[in-house]
Amino acid sequence: MTFFTEPLQFEFFRHALIVATLIGALCGLMGVYIVLRRMSYIGHGLSHSILGGAVVSYLAGWNFYLGAGAWGFVSALLIDATARRRRIGADAAIGIVTTASFALGVALISMKRRFTRDFEAALFGNILGVTEEDILVIAAVSLVVGLAVFFGYRSLLYTTFDPELAKVHGVPTGWVETGFALALAATIVASLNVVGATLIAAAIVIPPATARLLTQSFGRLLILSTAIGAACGFFGMFLSYRYDLASGAAIVLLSAAIFGVVYLMTGLRRALGSRRMVGQPVAQTRARVRGEMVVARLPRADDGSLG
Amino acid sequence: MGIEARRAAIGERYMTNGSIVVERLTCAYDGLPVLSSVSLRVEPGQFVGLIGPSGAGKTTLLRALLGLVPRVSGDVIVAGQSVVPGSPPSGVGYVPQVETVDWTFPVTVENVVLMGKTGQGRWLPWPSREERREVAAMLERLGIGGLGNRHIRDLSGGQQQRTFLARALIGRPRILLLDEPTASVDVKTRDDILSLLVEINQNDGVTILMTTHELNAVAAYLPWVVCVNGGIVAQGTPDSIFTSAILSRTFETEMQVVHHPRTGRVLVAEAGSFHALAGRLSRGEQRNGSG
Repeated sequence: MTFFTEPLQFEFFRHALIVATLIGALCGLMGVYIVLRRMSYIGHGLSHSILGGAVVSYLAGWNFYLGAGAWGFVSALLIDATARRRRIGADAAIGIVTTASFALGVALISMKRRFTRDFEAALFGNILGVTEEDILVIAAVSLVVGLAVFFGYRSLLYTTFDPELAKVHGVPTGWVETGFALALAATIVASLNVVGATLIAAAIVIPPATARLLTQSFGRLLILSTAIGAACGFFGMFLSYRYDLASGAAIVLLSAAIFGVVYLMTGLRRALGSRRMVGQPVAQTRARVRGEMVVARLPRADDGSLG
Repeated sequence: MGIEARRAAIGERYMTNGSIVVERLTCAYDGLPVLSSVSLRVEPGQFVGLIGPSGAGKTTLLRALLGLVPRVSGDVIVAGQSVVPGSPPSGVGYVPQVETVDWTFPVTVENVVLMGKTGQGRWLPWPSREERREVAAMLERLGIGGLGNRHIRDLSGGQQQRTFLARALIGRPRILLLDEPTASVDVKTRDDILSLLVEINQNDGVTILMTTHELNAVAAYLPWVVCVNGGIVAQGTPDSIFTSAILSRTFETEMQVVHHPRTGRVLVAEAGSFHALAGRLSRGEQRNGSG
């Protein structure tokens, strides 16, 4: 029991726990749309892209969340616009926009020698150093994104499934895409302090991929992915404390372990289901081929024809 | 029931809006013209087939009616609305080719059909009782009742086509555009889908424009056929346009037209220039032959 109670006596841990759970849920929720749009590495790319915005914000003396968020939003819109060109896929668009933005950040750092800020936190996460302002920002982002997904559920679903047909049915797909890019940028910026740029892709991809193994329903996928993300954030923090691991790494490793278990279990269930089906009495299929009636049947497991 | 009677039964205004007018339409992708100066009129309640070779611009024409392709010049008026690229007209249902569908996407039949009601104002994620009833009735009408909770990948080809037809119909369109609705399905399913389309056209007065590659089995039975190959090559009843000259010009290959010895109906020998090759194959003149 001390596994849970001991770390909770520290205020920094309680803050970290709230933030990790919220970010886990947020990444799990947004991850469903990202994975289904086959843009799994947009999280990874945007988190690097935002480095450019973070450096510019720092040099200009802007608030980190506003500067980096605006930068991420513009990057997400640019990726979307570039990916719409028929000859450039989403993967190439992510590569072009995010590396260019990352390179800009690196160039600015190298030009300004006085630049001393430690970006290790942005790269690997520094959840134990979150402030109350961070908690408020992350809670606000989670609430707004959650409400947007709830009330925009139908439009987002249709735009993700088939953006062209969604437009035919009167969905304002341009606004939906812009709103999605904004929510995505806010999610990445909010997540930087928790899991770090290097692990964001995993936090976004693993929960929906795990949930996808468990359900074929889009609504249930959203709920499951959000719950898995939140649970990984919550329990990952306790593991991080107990085994003295980097918080981002602990959360991602726990997510990966859960994915592995679910993958094996669903694979086993499918294999057992197939064996049971092979043992069932065979169905006969009749068809008329070139005027002659033929009967086809599925072989049984104990049928010599299988051997 | 004739078209006048149907018009009276359904209402003049409803029918008037079910028309399509295309004037000197030119469309291009990356500067390469796909359709040049196309003019076409489809009357309310008509059932029209578009035929032509692959790459002839049939799908582009359908998409141009929806404002989904860039336009170089020309005017398009659909369901009484002037269509501007990027702003699809209302009151039009569209069933794209099934090849464009992401079959791994986690959606059920009911989810897909409900998409057809997305732009109609309900903000809550779950369907209302009325919507559920409407979807169930539509699925029942299309012969796939009881499949609402099935994943779209777990359906047969015909059931998948009907699912997307249901999505197009649930919004009560005046015009239905279908891109190869009978491709990749067996003969029985093809006939079932066509019967369904005839019923929708006849009973609901919905104008239907569909593309097809099946000349003998589908196009030959439609009341009006338009031959497309970069432009309109010819149009008319199947009897008037199913001639060797028109079809050869449309498909840019030799097309033989014969008459069925018993029914007298025109039949198209689609693989015109392949016959010579087929003869070589049957005579064993293959490069990697029986050796």
